[in-house]
Amino acid sequence: MRSEVSFRWLGLSAAFVITLIFAGVLTSLIAGSMPALKAFGFGFIFDETWRPTRERFGALGPIYGTLVTSLIAILIAVPVGIGIAVFLTEFCPRTLRRPIGIAIELLAGIPSIIYGIWGLFVFAPWFQLHIQEPVISAVGNIPVLETLFGGTPFGIGIFTAGLILSIMILPFIAAVTRDVLQTVPAVLKEASYGLGATSWEVMGRVSLPYCVSGMVGGAMLALGRALGETMAVTFVIGNAHRIEPSLFAPGTSISATIANEFAEATSPLYTAALIEMGLVLFAITFVVLAGAQFMLRRLETAKGHK
Amino acid sequence: MKKLTASRGQVLYLRRRLANFAFILLSLAAALFGLIWLGFILYALVKNGITALSPRLFSQDTAPPGSPGGLANAIYGSFVMSMLAVLAGAPIGLLGGTYLAEYSRTSRSAHALSFVVRFINDILLSAPSIVTGLFIYEFVVVPMGHFSGLAGALSLMVIVIPVVARTTENMLLLVPDGLREAAAALGAPRNFIVKTITWKAAKAGIITGILLAVARISGETAPLLFTALNNQFMSLNIARPAASLPVVIFQYALSPYQDWHDLAWAGAFLVTATVLTLSIIARILDKKRT
Repeated sequence: MRSEVSFRWLGLSAAFVITLIFAGVLTSLIAGSMPALKAFGFGFIFDETWRPTRERFGALGPIYGTLVTSLIAILIAVPVGIGIAVFLTEFCPRTLRRPIGIAIELLAGIPSIIYGIWGLFVFAPWFQLHIQEPVISAVGNIPVLETLFGGTPFGIGIFTAGLILSIMILPFIAAVTRDVLQTVPAVLKEASYGLGATSWEVMGRVSLPYCVSGMVGGAMLALGRALGETMAVTFVIGNAHRIEPSLFAPGTSISATIANEFAEATSPLYTAALIEMGLVLFAITFVVLAGAQFMLRRLETAKGHK
Repeated sequence: MKKLTASRGQVLYLRRRLANFAFILLSLAAALFGLIWLGFILYALVKNGITALSPRLFSQDTAPPGSPGGLANAIYGSFVMSMLAVLAGAPIGLLGGTYLAEYSRTSRSAHALSFVVRFINDILLSAPSIVTGLFIYEFVVVPMGHFSGLAGALSLMVIVIPVVARTTENMLLLVPDGLREAAAALGAPRNFIVKTITWKAAKAGIITGILLAVARISGETAPLLFTALNNQFMSLNIARPAASLPVVIFQYALSPYQDWHDLAWAGAFLVTATVLTLSIIARILDKKRT
């Protein structure tokens, strides 16, 4: 009986360590950002100025970069990820299903820093020459597009970062979509095939609508990853604390700013401003990840009832 | 009149067939899109990494640009910090995951507690590592007064724990309740059931989770930037700053020197080879189980 009690306590204290880590992250972020919170207040997140030499810090530029790169990533990765899941569950020959599935999952296994070095040395120069230059000259005089995709082709920039992020989060969306597609009751699909529906009609009108909440959860989980992704973005975003209308322009993100400047932050206020940005990032990802959990928990309950 | 409706039906049928064909093509294109990027990245890694590989990488420390150097101190630092992180983090994750799977049903309060811990664990699982690294910076680096390999290992441990806890819980939940009930009917206490039956049944899955955690931290860079920092020399003392492969790759890739770029590619090749091997072994183990 004694070993039963001690084993239970062991498990309980491990669970307690997990909560302690979370509490530690939160308190260290709040305590560390106190000087900046006192100096700038709420204006911090609406101010674009970033002048370390004059002790003036505003996080709007990095916040903008984080949100826009993640948005680009989601806009690309959601349709493609769903496409991959549909291909693997419906059309892929059975023998190829496993190898292709593993290959897509390996994309999630490649470390962030590898995406970074590849993005900087291989992808950005290629993108600059073969995509950016033609696009910039093509949109030359078209309003709106000219603002969004105009400027100088640098190779690196907000759009490049968003595109690389989209590759990194693809496997998450594909995996969750595959899982939820498997929860669709076979009778529903069989019934509509029996009425003469094509694969496209079954998928678009039966399977996908059935899976909406799971897919939204998967997309939010992927969004949470994209928001906090650091090294890949640091290499290719350009590290400019400016907000430019063009998506091809260099910018910066919260995580890239912390990674680049933390070691060289000399004054206490500089460090505090960087930690406060970490706090902002943590708050944003917390909301997104909590939402994802809410959507996916519902899915698990649905699976349980099946 | 009759002929007209027939042809209208044929047009509709053709249109539906065409839409279906386009749909299949698009989903195939999506799969190719993902595979092409994987090929593009692996090709670049092999092309640039293989040429830069040499025995020197493993025998010499990092050196200033221009003079011949290797990555020995970075490889050693990465190895030691990852090992420490797993040795400390895996047992905590294992016990935490076991509590969530085996004890959450024992009482109402345990159930409520497990709900909260599960929620927090899943947040930590996907939380940005650069932010969780700041926690170790505030609690370890600032009080110590300097960067250290120990702080680096702790920041990696913070990543290991939630990964192991999540996979352990998932794997234990796959163990059929019949096994637990049979053992309980013979009078076995719960801790005995867990240690001798459910852990054993879920062994492959739990090891998979630990391997995936190792894979995840071997390429982790962000939290090391402000915990372990870097060290130009081999450092056997974990209270001193330590070099690691990812941080060296980061610094070398952003430097203007060609020989440093080559070393960065060699490092990137080593890291990716390690991580992909670990994930593939993990998958094979996982397949045996199911």
